[in-house]
Amino acid sequence: MTLLRIPGGLVLPPPPAAAAGPLLPCPLPACLYLPLVQADGRPLQRLAAPGQTVRRGTPLALGQDAAATALPAPASGRIVDLLPLDLPGGGQAPALLLQPEGRDEAAAFAPLPDWQAQSPAALRRRLAEAGLTGLGGAGFPAALKLNHQVRTLILNGAECEPYIGCDEALLRARAAEVVAGAALLARIVDAAEVVIALEDRMHEAAAAVAAALAQWPGLRLQPVPTVYPQGGERQLIQVVCGREVPSGRWPPAMGVLVHNVATAQAAWRAVVHGEALTTRIVSVGGRGVAVPGNYEVRLGTLVEDLIAAAGGYTAQAARLVLGGPLMGQALPHDRIALDARANSVLVLGEDDIRPHAPQQPCIRCGDCARACPVQLQPQELLRLLDGGDLDGAAALGLRDCIECGCCAYVCPSQIPLVDSYRRGKSELARRGAERARADLARARYEARQRRLQREQAEKVARVAARREAVQQEQATAASAAAVVAPGADSIAPGAPAVSSAAVAADNTNPANTASAVPAPSTAMDKSAVLAAIARGRAKRAAAAAAPESTAPPHAAAADGAPAPATGNPATASAAPDDAEARPPAPAQKPAEPSP
Amino acid sequence: MKTFATAGAPHLRAAASVRRVMADVLLALLPGIAVHVWAFGPGLLLQLGLAAGFALAFEAALLRLRGGPVRAGLEDLSALVTAVLFALCIPPLCPWWVSALGLLAALGLAKHAYGGLGANLFNPAMVGYAVVLVAFPRELSQWTGAGLTPPDLATAAAAVFAGQLPPHWDTLASATPLDALRQAAAAQRTLAEIRSQPVFGHAGAAGWELIALAYALGGLYLLWRRVIGWQVPAGVILSVLLLTGAAWLFDAERNPPPLQHLLSGGLMLAAWFVAADPVTGCTSPRGRLLFGAGVAVLTLALRRWGLHADGVAFAVLLMNAAAPLIDEFTRPRIYGHGRHD
Ligand code: SF4
Ligand code: SF4
Repeated sequence: MTLLRIPGGLVLPPPPAAAAGPLLPCPLPACLYLPLVQADGRPLQRLAAPGQTVRRGTPLALGQDAAATALPAPASGRIVDLLPLDLPGGGQAPALLLQPEGRDEAAAFAPLPDWQAQSPAALRRRLAEAGLTGLGGAGFPAALKLNHQVRTLILNGAECEPYIGCDEALLRARAAEVVAGAALLARIVDAAEVVIALEDRMHEAAAAVAAALAQWPGLRLQPVPTVYPQGGERQLIQVVCGREVPSGRWPPAMGVLVHNVATAQAAWRAVVHGEALTTRIVSVGGRGVAVPGNYEVRLGTLVEDLIAAAGGYTAQAARLVLGGPLMGQALPHDRIALDARANSVLVLGEDDIRPHAPQQPCIRCGDCARACPVQLQPQELLRLLDGGDLDGAAALGLRDCIECGCCAYVCPSQIPLVDSYRRGKSELARRGAERARADLARARYEARQRRLQREQAEKVARVAARREAVQQEQATAASAAAVVAPGADSIAPGAPAVSSAAVAADNTNPANTASAVPAPSTAMDKSAVLAAIARGRAKRAAAAAAPESTAPPHAAAADGAPAPATGNPATASAAPDDAEARPPAPAQKPAEPSP
Repeated sequence: MKTFATAGAPHLRAAASVRRVMADVLLALLPGIAVHVWAFGPGLLLQLGLAAGFALAFEAALLRLRGGPVRAGLEDLSALVTAVLFALCIPPLCPWWVSALGLLAALGLAKHAYGGLGANLFNPAMVGYAVVLVAFPRELSQWTGAGLTPPDLATAAAAVFAGQLPPHWDTLASATPLDALRQAAAAQRTLAEIRSQPVFGHAGAAGWELIALAYALGGLYLLWRRVIGWQVPAGVILSVLLLTGAAWLFDAERNPPPLQHLLSGGLMLAAWFVAADPVTGCTSPRGRLLFGAGVAVLTLALRRWGLHADGVAFAVLLMNAAAPLIDEFTRPRIYGHGRHD
């Protein structure tokens, strides 16, 4: 089967030999740091307290996602402290400080060797309690991502960036578990087609996978071109399935699910061996570190400790990067904890990062457009963003930028294009959140206006009806024809009946509205009763102002906010907006005057 | 704890720079320059030196005037590229002030008035050339016939600096082949009659055809270095072959053969260097094809009906003006937009 190449992209020099080297051990450090924050930036709900002893796998905290993915203790030991710790992307979060005691006893999770007999729900539950999040870099809870039936499951073995070798190292060492894990994940999502995608340069890994595949007919190995960013979710789907993920949607919506090979392997360990996710393979590279290689690292290890295990810094160390050279996050220091997302730590040398030339204006050479895998026109985006035209940039697809860095890599003018796009995107997100907030306020205002109008109309109707009733009574009395009376009663339109109910609501305690209704019940139809009840509620709400009327907006915000479950897990920008999208605290809300 | 300076991704960059791009362009022009000197004498070297000097001086002055970094502006070599392209367009015996005025227009009017490198709408070299072509038609037609013994350096210097044309100038001077064609067409003569004149060489025009081939060679080097894309040259060349081929097949007596069109005048220089200039061209691949085709069509139209024998410069300038619009309509489809299944 011949594959289309992704448009653009970079063909980079092959990774240094060490990147594809064997798995190296990273000794268990004296302290493990576990920030209580999940990948989308929301806080984890803490379960363990300082002073507590835990086993390897004991849940220390729970995620706020629907699957409540656990944060398992990476080692057995004692929680000694809860302290603020710097996060890779800036900011701080409270972190549990775990002191391993060395015996590394595991908490008891029943192994489920009969996984084929288990229900998908049970398997998902196991993955959530084992703390399995995506190991490809986005860190999205695996159980949530597996919550959809799909047609095609793709295991991503194409390294997400050059110079990272963790997936290849894993495939060479543990191909059998990866493949078995693929079968396991396929069972959970009921996938008819399972593809294990590897870069076409990974011959040894491919051989290992091919050997493991002998046991699993129905699974397929698919080499993909070695082009950055082939390992990007959308790019992989484009090449393997020949389809594009529609803008703004996520792949399961089109029946395709992509998981990292390491996630599949960890899922297998969690289900069949009852092991929580407590380690991952981290690629250590760059000329700033003494012994580059692929290290098996206990989660919660500090970058500092990992570098020490890799022989320490060399004299050349100039920039510390968490992640790959094209999308990684430059770290201000090395006291940062490695979590399940940390696929690589690079220590780049002075020579690697020195710019080749001073920054120049854009010469519209189009090299960036040629390199962009999303087929954007980066130079136009730059021009628009520099001119402050955010809407123009959005119209040209700024939101579709995957921040792969291909454009900035090739730009002869050395323009930091991706920085511009990141700023533009977060500004767009901020505006979106603001707009959502304004929409919410407007909706509330309009609802209130409608209610006031309705109540006003009802009041008028009520007065009119009362007058009419009085007139009618007078008329009835005057005519003194007893036979006519019941007829008039039944012919009378809903309005008088409603009005009497409303009068009751008006005059009695709102809470008693319902009990006040029965009096004229003979003449009242069901809708009138409902209307009265609704009105009573509205009144009660207006009287109590604060609690009831602010509650629904809260719910609305929770629904309307870009929930990470439906957003693209790669763009973690959802987190801050989420916080911002919440409506102001009840205290700031002006009390509504009673009508 | 060890601390580090941070910066935005990507943390690695290709070894590319504007200076490198421009240096490649200059390198690619060398074969053309060599053949030009062989055909028309060392006068071109004088023009190149003059143009380079004026260009650097004006560029420095204008950069200072605009308060930009002078050194970086000179080191990117973009002014030098403008100078060389300009010098290649004018006759080697042109007086020195033609060069001065042309480059003043090129850098002052076309480049820095628009905001300097990267911001200009029109190709500076072509603006400069167009200005002097319109202002000084006589000086701009002082070509010598290729194949005759070209004037030596001293003669050329006398012409350039003192305005003394070589002795027996009327025996040396020659209309460019394109001029000859126009005159022939005006006189209702058939091609067969006029093609026996020595200026026409084998395919296009003596001397010119070799220069054109040398430009193409340099262009291929740029293509190989990925400094330019294939789209603009392909657009120009294919359009010319197609249109003139059709006309020639229709009436070979009146219409010159396609190769003659392609290899005469500034068409090859334009196809590989001027129209392929990224700043003033289109950026999308389809846009570039269209841009090239547009240059070709306009050039042919101007050759046929225009005031000047070779309208390449005007064709390029017209297309420069159209480039933003073309870009607007030829943007590639963004991943995940449209065409959903
Ligand atoms: S690569 Fe750089 S200089 Fe070239 S068009 Fe893109 S932004 Fe402009
Ligand atoms: S960072 Fe964005 S604009 Fe640049 S190449 Fe990647 S997707 Fe295209």
